[in-house]
Amino acid sequence: MFSEFFQFTFSGITLGAIYALVALGFTLIYNASHVINFAQGEFLMIGGMGTVVLVGAGLPLPAAMVGALVLATVAGILLHRLAIAPARDADVVTLIIITIGASIFLRGLAQFFWGKEYHALPRFSATESLSIGGATLLTQSLWILGIAVVLVVALAVFFSRSKLGKAILATSMNKDAARLAGIKTQVILGVAFGISALLGAAAGLIVTPITFTAYDVGIMLGLKGFVAAAIGGLGSSTGAVVGGLLLGLSEAYTAGYISSDYKDAVPFVIILAILFFLPNGLFGSRAAERV
Amino acid sequence: MKTMLKNLAVGAVAALGLASLSPVAKAEDPIRIGSFLSVTGPAAFLGDPELKTLELYVHQLNENGGLLGREVQLVHYDDSGDASKARTFVTRLLRQDKVDLIIGGSTTGATMAAVPVIEQARVPFISLAGAETISTPVKKWVFKMPQSDRQAARRVLTDMKERGLTRIGLISGTGGFGASGRNVTLEEAKAMGIEVVADETYNPKDTDVTAQLTRIRNTDGVQAVLNFDFGQGPAIVTKNYKQLGIELPFYQSHGVASDSFLKLAGDAANDLRLPATALLVADTIPDSDPQHGVVTGYKKAYEDRYNSSVSTFGGYAYDGFQLAVQAIKQAGSTDPAKVRDALESIRGYVGVTGTYNLSAKDHMGLSYDSFRILEVKDGHWTLVE
Repeated sequence: MFSEFFQFTFSGITLGAIYALVALGFTLIYNASHVINFAQGEFLMIGGMGTVVLVGAGLPLPAAMVGALVLATVAGILLHRLAIAPARDADVVTLIIITIGASIFLRGLAQFFWGKEYHALPRFSATESLSIGGATLLTQSLWILGIAVVLVVALAVFFSRSKLGKAILATSMNKDAARLAGIKTQVILGVAFGISALLGAAAGLIVTPITFTAYDVGIMLGLKGFVAAAIGGLGSSTGAVVGGLLLGLSEAYTAGYISSDYKDAVPFVIILAILFFLPNGLFGSRAAERV
Repeated sequence: MKTMLKNLAVGAVAALGLASLSPVAKAEDPIRIGSFLSVTGPAAFLGDPELKTLELYVHQLNENGGLLGREVQLVHYDDSGDASKARTFVTRLLRQDKVDLIIGGSTTGATMAAVPVIEQARVPFISLAGAETISTPVKKWVFKMPQSDRQAARRVLTDMKERGLTRIGLISGTGGFGASGRNVTLEEAKAMGIEVVADETYNPKDTDVTAQLTRIRNTDGVQAVLNFDFGQGPAIVTKNYKQLGIELPFYQSHGVASDSFLKLAGDAANDLRLPATALLVADTIPDSDPQHGVVTGYKKAYEDRYNSSVSTFGGYAYDGFQLAVQAIKQAGSTDPAKVRDALESIRGYVGVTGTYNLSAKDHMGLSYDSFRILEVKDGHWTLVE
């Protein structure tokens, strides 16, 4: 009885940790520009697939990981430079649509150059899983959760302490005022895209031992991550983690206690309920719109 | 060389004799075999080895003097997995290229889109796609090479029954393949007196199914578990199964009978069983096996030519082409009605997929035991006797 409950909980934590890590990637670009970057899932894919491809090319695993992270960061900066920056005067909705186009483009490139096969990466710890109270938990889930927490703290420090973080926040609050204060807003946005891609690629790398990776893995992970971010409140990194865990746990409990057929429906009901009563999400800012 | 010749024997050796007797052979019109396959796009893993196989064996046939003393020409179009393109290309094959016979349709969608056009034009068509609807009910001009998922289900359930496992748990993906596999498994299990005591599903893109597997494990009296799906989902199910330490015998479907599944699932795949064609164990199949010659011959010919490993799907194209050659030879002409009748009358053709016994009632011709039960041992497929 209890071992069953533990197992469903661990299952939910595994799912939730993945969603949370993906959701974190959305917060940075959203904070900088209020754009929801739908190409975030493709950064994850570049992290996982890039590593696989570089390992295949003969690089040792750690070097391949670093290579994939660099590749994703460059892709993020190029995405801003080539697609977002030229449309700088367009409204936010247009920019969001541009990111959707970019995601399809990146997926196409990966499919063409890297193939369509699924690949796996080895887990980080030697032990595969821990047994607690008759249930098992993957060590990789703990890595994911731990790294998510580290990133939350790092992002909080980055936004409140560093000049760059403050500049990003200033740009999001009022672009014109930020520019008058001497902030190069386009450079700041480019940096935000680069860091966000780096975060995404790191997430993609860490989750690959559990989820596997392929050119289209970003669609599902990106979507679930976005949902987690929306539940938690877009732009809040604590919210992203809580939202991710909430989503993962609700999926696991539904599959475990109700029926696996309804597993995908329940999270959507939760999202509808949360967005209906708390349109800004659980941790979103409730600041009044300036008129 | 000897095995290669043996494999070609189906059509080529006789044709060689004919060709040497009639030096004017090349002057006659070539025999035109039409083909539409998904060589690019999402189903490229099907169409690519299929086209390579057809090209390889058409070339070999012509090297050995062609068929009925005539050259064989392959007219091919790539439908890139798009059913409406498949229909357009089939129309072109029939009206413009005036082909004598069609081998193609990598996917069920492409095949079914082409069927009405072909039935109207009255040209024999050998489909390489798997769904039961292609050959049930029987369509006069349509034949198909792969087994249906119903045969896979029956093969697995038969193996379970032989091991005394009659109360099973089922976990399937909600995609087309998994959902159809779930239905036929439930039907076949009922017919065979096997009870499905747990019936769980998951989304093909899910990354963790331990909750569903825990439910199955905690079901009273469950003796074995079957996962029916294809793609990366079954690899995740397999890993989770191992993670939970479930000791019950574990089965997968023919949907993951490939080396790439072993690579994804790693150690967790050890001891699981699944139904597959003999091609997967070509290296270890005993000499006494009736399929030994044809399977090793095809594998060697394909891998020597293309330097990539052979797949079940290319095997369908091999069987389709050999059956077509045999039917044309038997008919002694390319008259569509005669070739069709000849195809329908072929019994006991030993191919790489299995032994085909075609008839007016059965345009697929394989029985469920053409599937072999394989077990994974130390990361390799082994044949279960």
